[in-house]
Amino acid sequence: MGLLVAQLLTGLANAAALFLVASGLSLIFGVTRIVNFAHGSFYMLGAYFGVSLMDHLTGGFGFWTSIVLAGLIVGLIGVVVEILVLRPIYRAPELFQLVATFGVILVIQDLTLMIWGAEDQMGPRAPGLKSVVRIMGEPVPQYDLALIAITPFILFALWWLISRTRVGILVRAATQDREMVGALGVNQSWLFTGVFFLGSTLAGLGGAIQLPKGGADLLMDLNIISAVFVVVVIGGMGSILGAFVASVLISVLNVFGVAYIPQSTLVLMYVVMAVVLLVRPYGLFGREEKAGEHGQVGEPDRPIRPAGTLGKSLVALLIAVLALVPLYGGNFTQVLITDILIFCLFAASLQFMLSVGGLVSFGHAAYFGGGAYAAALLVTYADTPMELAFLFAPLAAGLLAIVFGWFCIRLSGVYFAMLTLAFSQLVWSLVFQWYDVTGGDDGLVNIWPAAWLSGTTAYYYFTLIVGIGGIILLRHITHAPFGYALRATRDSARQAEATGINVKLVQWTAFATAGAMAGLAGGLFVFSKGSVFPNELEISKSFDALIVVFLGGVKTLSGGVVGAAFMESVKDWLTRLEYWRLILGLLIIFVVIIAPEGIVGTLRKAAERVGLRRTEEFMR
Amino acid sequence: MLDVTGLNSFYAKAHILNDLAFKVERGDVVALLGRNGAGKTTTMKSIMQLVRPKSGTVTFEGTEITGQPSHRVARMGIGYVPEERRIFTDLTILENLEVGRQDKREGAPEWTVEALFELFPNLYERRHNRGKAMSGGEQQMLTIARTLMGNPKLLLLDEPSEGIAPVIVEQMAKTILSFKKEGLTVLISEQNLHFARMVADRAVIIEGGEKKFDGTFAELEDHPEIRDAYLSV
Repeated sequence: MGLLVAQLLTGLANAAALFLVASGLSLIFGVTRIVNFAHGSFYMLGAYFGVSLMDHLTGGFGFWTSIVLAGLIVGLIGVVVEILVLRPIYRAPELFQLVATFGVILVIQDLTLMIWGAEDQMGPRAPGLKSVVRIMGEPVPQYDLALIAITPFILFALWWLISRTRVGILVRAATQDREMVGALGVNQSWLFTGVFFLGSTLAGLGGAIQLPKGGADLLMDLNIISAVFVVVVIGGMGSILGAFVASVLISVLNVFGVAYIPQSTLVLMYVVMAVVLLVRPYGLFGREEKAGEHGQVGEPDRPIRPAGTLGKSLVALLIAVLALVPLYGGNFTQVLITDILIFCLFAASLQFMLSVGGLVSFGHAAYFGGGAYAAALLVTYADTPMELAFLFAPLAAGLLAIVFGWFCIRLSGVYFAMLTLAFSQLVWSLVFQWYDVTGGDDGLVNIWPAAWLSGTTAYYYFTLIVGIGGIILLRHITHAPFGYALRATRDSARQAEATGINVKLVQWTAFATAGAMAGLAGGLFVFSKGSVFPNELEISKSFDALIVVFLGGVKTLSGGVVGAAFMESVKDWLTRLEYWRLILGLLIIFVVIIAPEGIVGTLRKAAERVGLRRTEEFMR
Repeated sequence: MLDVTGLNSFYAKAHILNDLAFKVERGDVVALLGRNGAGKTTTMKSIMQLVRPKSGTVTFEGTEITGQPSHRVARMGIGYVPEERRIFTDLTILENLEVGRQDKREGAPEWTVEALFELFPNLYERRHNRGKAMSGGEQQMLTIARTLMGNPKLLLLDEPSEGIAPVIVEQMAKTILSFKKEGLTVLISEQNLHFARMVADRAVIIEGGEKKFDGTFAELEDHPEIRDAYLSV
């Protein structure tokens, strides 16, 4: 009994930081409709600033002053980010904003590394709260009790601000209809900036207040962000009370999970989320998100059409050149191009559901890694021949996508994206923690191709045929009647439904197709490397795909392939630089703000301008 | 007071307003008439800068407002009542009014929550209720009251008679006439000629985003062919 109470108290104490971060994210999302992936970075900055401040400000007063100051500094950094990065793109589609905040993550990571170095920082203990209290015989840190006492006050203060002050009323009104708030004479820009300041401050406070329990390190940002997303989605996007309840729920669950079923701690969180979303698709306290409620954003997409003769001949020429590569290129070139082709297929599969289907997935790595692991598991445990195991990769990934897709397509917009993220994290945590089967962090090794495909050149041709075949197949589907139906569901789900298209079925099929093709890429991947590790399932892998689709051009058909080819080619060179994240992050932000059409779109515009290419009928 | 000249507005590629020009004098109630899709709402939104005109100017009290952000237009004293009403349904009636509140303005009638509740007693009874589950008429009253909280000099009313019961329409007409008495200038868009004639001094008729008629209702009586061509009676 005593142990149970002690664990419950630990859970409640852990909820404090999580709630601070989650409420900030929820608040920012509610008003600006921006899913701020960089929110975890603000949390990390709060911790680092806290450590530095506590070095100088000593004693109990200094400790708590440091926490507040760290929060305020991070709040100001949030304002800078809002003004420089987000303001120019408030009217852009949500994917653009998401990618921009991901750029911010990269920039903040490298800046933190530059300032504080790579070593983990120990968090100082809170003066006056260093010992433990015995509760029912069990030791409970005093600081935990302090956190438990503080959290309700923060909840109350936020509740009061939101429901009782003019600012709060404006914030709630803007959450519903920000254009109307503007038309009534409220300067939304400052309202947004204010909310961003408050949200970032809360994240910074969260980072600083957990210092005595956790310290500061460079992985904090991505570590907390998935937990925070789970909390916000369970609680309901935009709901402070929801963030509180869900923080407590997840934290307590985690503590008990660690104590009783240690292998499942990570999985547990995502299972709870999936269950909650099944029962309440918009979270415990969330409001239903109506499609189009916030207005059509951006220009309508330009129609896509099959490539003309010129385009087809150019692609044929490119394939011919690629086929001749082994004649003059060395091993290194062939391996590089193999990697590029695999990544291109992966990106093309994401682009298929994202650009053609309008289904923004944050968790596409689940199907890439899922396919790779499926094949690898068969080889490891059943000695399956490579050919069979390889075919199983797209099959397994497709099945996974059918199962997950069934849940996901019931939601739309941000909730859809969040659920795809949660499922991919579920797969990742399962692989990561189920050591006996998957080898956990050690991965699965010795997964080599059959004899007739071994050797760099043989596998190069195999990848060339399968990879390009897959990409062409996806393009073919896009121009087939199914592709037309899919685009119809993207442009107007209701109109499509009224025309007789089974919208959910079409979306589900697209989801499964994209998953299977990602699995195909995963199959190519695992046999080319001979091994697979959990990082192929990580969030950052999903983001890699999103970023290349974005760099290439979201609103084009070939953007993903071009972006992937570009990124994979420069990655080798780029990652050798010390601060490559900073450069990549700035590049991403630059593209989002200055050239949102991406590489393909920008080239196309340039070609139209100089008259190389006819302007589309519809654009005139 | 309001001077619109050579206005061209687009939705994406669709040309909605075509060289539209008209004036609203201080103290007048002007009715903007036309069929569905004639461009009435776009005109309202273009004045409010919610739709950015491609060319042309909107001048308010001698200051050009084209290109200004909407909140600044509102702050200059133009109050906008949208056709879709756009109540904040998660907020109570009192909170809805608070969103619209601005400081009192020189040369404009001054409104308080109390005065508005006197004008719209229904709203007072439900002041702590949320904006959900209100009748069309109540929603319309709330939207107008919310905009009046900003103490505007010029009120833009987009199809106020749409979707509300005939009894309420009469009441609405009286209310608008009382605004005029208070010294408020009103631009009202309407399809309902009968209603427009009750409240307005002048009519501007548009069709396909172009002005087809500009004059008094007496002048309009002399040209039944205009009425027949551009209004559905």
